[in-house]
Amino acid sequence: MKTTLYWLAILGSGTLFGFGLSISTMIQPEIVLSFLRFEDFGLLLVLGGATGLTMLFYQMAPRILKKPLIAAQFGQKPVDTMKRTLLGALIFGIGWGICGVCPGPAIAGLGAGNWPLLIALFSMLAGAYVQGRWFSGN
Amino acid sequence: MELLDTLFPLGLGHYFTGGLLIGLGVSLLFVLTGLVGGMSSVYSAVWSYFSKVSFFQQEKHFQTRQWRLVYAAGLILGAFIWLVFSGFEVTVTSISWGELALGGFIAGFGARLGNGCTSGHGICGIASLSLPSVLAVLVFLSAAMITAQLIAAFG
Repeated sequence: MKTTLYWLAILGSGTLFGFGLSISTMIQPEIVLSFLRFEDFGLLLVLGGATGLTMLFYQMAPRILKKPLIAAQFGQKPVDTMKRTLLGALIFGIGWGICGVCPGPAIAGLGAGNWPLLIALFSMLAGAYVQGRWFSGN
Repeated sequence: MELLDTLFPLGLGHYFTGGLLIGLGVSLLFVLTGLVGGMSSVYSAVWSYFSKVSFFQQEKHFQTRQWRLVYAAGLILGAFIWLVFSGFEVTVTSISWGELALGGFIAGFGARLGNGCTSGHGICGIASLSLPSVLAVLVFLSAAMITAQLIAAFG
């Protein structure tokens, strides 16, 4: 049962996410790269603030509520093998270090008019295709 | 205070506020719908619309593509609302197209191979207390720092 409210909740959550990415300037690859080069450690505050708050809700909600407010059950982050996760993380990090753009900001940046991020967006789509087509391990 | 100026030359407030808002979005999504909202999965899920390759037609892509696209649309909407609030002050990146294309391709491939990105492993994974995610964050942060500094030094 997927009500209008369900879709609005998803849209609204994404909107907060995109607004937060914009305020924190994470949609500017130059700022991300300045963190990676140890010139500005702001990204740690973004990641820390976001992760800390999320941890509170992820840990508390399933203990307090039997189910999500407008859906049947709480999901979980899918678990992959350690080897695959870490190899993927290594490759992801190299790409992120080259362009300063990760998957969220590549999408959000468009709403703020940072249009060259479209190049990163389509390249990520291409990378995801190559992974799924030839390196899925299935 | 001088140390803070050195570590955070552009200030701290907007970073922390932005981080909390991102966390609020991910938390709200979970409390309301039970969905775990990392961002990289949508890049695989959308291929289920265009490709018959069995990997993309799996349930985890086929059945999540709609909400992931709505979530992604929210990201664009949120950034646009911020743009309106900020008085349409557009900042266009000066990173070269080649770097955006190469880095984007490698990042997209790696994020999907490892099933997570900065938000998937970084926010959702650590918040789930998942050991693979915690290690993944340490690995991709280190790899990105080394890469960015090598490029700054020799690029």
